[in-house]
Amino acid sequence: MRRAIRAEWAKAWSDPATPWLLAALIVLSVSVSGVTIGTARYSATLCPAAACGQDPARLSLAGVYLGQAVAALAGVLAIGGEYATGMIRVTLTAIPRRRRLLAAKALVLAGPVLAASALALGAATLTGVIVLPGHGFTVGHGYDLASWTTARAWCCATLYLTLVAVLGLGVAAAVRDSAVATGVALGLLYLFPIAASAIGDQGLQRRLEQIGPMSAGLDSQTTIDLHGLPLAPWAGLGVVALWAAGMFVLGGVLLRLRDA
Amino acid sequence: MIRAEWVKFRSVRGWVVAVVIAAVAIVGLAVDGGSQGSCYGNSCAQLTGPGGEAVSDSFYFVHQALTGNGAITVRVTSLTSAVRSARTGTQRVVVPWAKAGIILKASLTPGSAYAAIMVTGSQGVRLQDDFTGDIAGPAMRAGWLRLVRSPGSVITGYASADGTRWTRVGAVTLPGLPAILQGGLFTTSPQWTQTSLGVAAITGDASQSTAVFDHAALTWRGGTWTGTDVGGSPGGPAAGPATGYSRVGGTVTIVGSGDIAPATSGPSGLGVTPAQTLAGAFIALIILAVVGAMFMTAEYRHRLIRVTLAACPRRGRVLAAKVVVAGLVAFVAALAGTAVAVPAGERVLRSHGVYLPPLTALTETRMIVGTAAALAVCAVLAVAIGTVARRGAAAIAAVVALIAAPYVLTVSIPVLPLGAADWLMRVTPAAAFAVEQTTVQYPQVDDVYAPAYGYFPLAPWAGLAVLCAWTAVFLTLAAVTLNRRDA
Repeated sequence: MRRAIRAEWAKAWSDPATPWLLAALIVLSVSVSGVTIGTARYSATLCPAAACGQDPARLSLAGVYLGQAVAALAGVLAIGGEYATGMIRVTLTAIPRRRRLLAAKALVLAGPVLAASALALGAATLTGVIVLPGHGFTVGHGYDLASWTTARAWCCATLYLTLVAVLGLGVAAAVRDSAVATGVALGLLYLFPIAASAIGDQGLQRRLEQIGPMSAGLDSQTTIDLHGLPLAPWAGLGVVALWAAGMFVLGGVLLRLRDA
Repeated sequence: MIRAEWVKFRSVRGWVVAVVIAAVAIVGLAVDGGSQGSCYGNSCAQLTGPGGEAVSDSFYFVHQALTGNGAITVRVTSLTSAVRSARTGTQRVVVPWAKAGIILKASLTPGSAYAAIMVTGSQGVRLQDDFTGDIAGPAMRAGWLRLVRSPGSVITGYASADGTRWTRVGAVTLPGLPAILQGGLFTTSPQWTQTSLGVAAITGDASQSTAVFDHAALTWRGGTWTGTDVGGSPGGPAAGPATGYSRVGGTVTIVGSGDIAPATSGPSGLGVTPAQTLAGAFIALIILAVVGAMFMTAEYRHRLIRVTLAACPRRGRVLAAKVVVAGLVAFVAALAGTAVAVPAGERVLRSHGVYLPPLTALTETRMIVGTAAALAVCAVLAVAIGTVARRGAAAIAAVVALIAAPYVLTVSIPVLPLGAADWLMRVTPAAAFAVEQTTVQYPQVDDVYAPAYGYFPLAPWAGLAVLCAWTAVFLTLAAVTLNRRDA
């Protein structure tokens, strides 16, 4: 296993796309978060007493909405690129144990994505904690930014991006084409919220928000009005983990059954 | 050349299936049910004003019948507003377009012609008529107001801070005004809305405003004042704030809720636009962009590009043929989808009791053909990006970042703040979705004018032009790189 990981690590970092993808993940997430933090204003009129309406943690973490597309792409390219060039045959000759190969790929992918997400979202959260009180999100208005719930939101968002990358890897292993896999992974993420917003039935809408990977994952970043959520924060992250695990297992099974 | 590319496209079963799915997705999301309304048959037909546009017309009216010409003068000493919600209790707020003043109205029927002069929550004195007319006066929050009817159905409004020096705000002519009008004092207070996380989370409640008038003088022969809740509360008497009026000596206090204004499509108004029938266009966008990019990158992946370029060494022609085939296929598929989706979706929404503003045939055609054209140009852009990038995943990531992500963040899951959303819808290729615009923005109505509610910052064809400009740039880049590079 250690040899497989070392081999995958060398391959990943010899691809010029890898540092670019991680940089894009950081830059896009931080810039969307920065714009959102910069334009958010607390409105004292509707809720002067308690924290309500705007969730400062989610405002700070708005970059996740765009960062997840890059994370999914990083996951797809981790194996999709090998299918494009035919490299996969060489890889499988070197590491014939296919489940071990996919596990090594997942680890080599998840580590840097986790680090980049933690860095980008940590910077975004910290900016929010520093800037947002100046925009009215103060303790006096019921927002406690420097609390462990903010840390939980940051933690959940970081894990969410990592899980999305693993999901992308699973999809790419299943469909064996990076272009199609990118379309499928992004469709999977963005489709549920769009379908939910187009459906009138409230119960069905809530159910779609519970099972959709993106809406469930974003629930996990909420710090206020928790009782109104379709899912509790950690349960939301659990749904994303189930999606990622499901796709990963599907990719693993198909990789094992099919010729490369 | 075009035939060769068409054969290539047709022979990949996955692409053909994907394009069919794109068309089906557009129709599928249009007819899946959508929102639920409460207007069935004629039981809750949307109110329309004298100009035929959808309006809201509900206010508390202390009135008497007034024959012929004359003038009313009042002093408004205060106008205060409050929002009451189950969650947070009653709070005093500034409702920018809370209104109190004098109104002369053709009848007590909601939607009838009127002219009114009023003080507002934060927009100063206004002279408004027939729902869409709006003339700004001095910036006062309280003071003296006068409304005069002169021969020829001309109604003139005046305002004054002290009751002696008067400013003429403006005059309006209301043709066909009956001889006997209902005239008097009124107060109303529109829906109060606050947005968070872009416009993804909206909290709003009905507001109520209280106006105190301590002087009312008529040049007409005085009758008796009657209080009427014109239009009623939107959700029935139990749902809305309590309204009414009281009179102590010469002081009249009126509590009103509602609005006298054109109805907008945002969350404070109708909350629905015909553009909602095109929610599936986003899924079609992703599919067509993937197919468009792969139409080119698959050639590189399978080294087919060498055969293609050997058969046709004029590389610009290869690109042009691919563009024509991809664009035409996407246009036909998208048109088949939108041509069914828009009428069918509107019918489904109406059958669910949702009121949709009336559309002209021209607007509807523009929505249908414009959306199909936008999707086709997106597919062409994807071909161009695919040619430049040569790698499928990179091309699709670029297409998604350029078109799909701005669209998702501003329209489908609107999390960006309004300013950022408007900016994205001006400069990114997603601006092309302005072809779905069917709504009019009224400065005198406070609503969330966001792309998510069908309010795009650019005119429909200007938005499409932005996408075409992006496509032209990338096509040029594609032609240059295709000619320069070895295949």
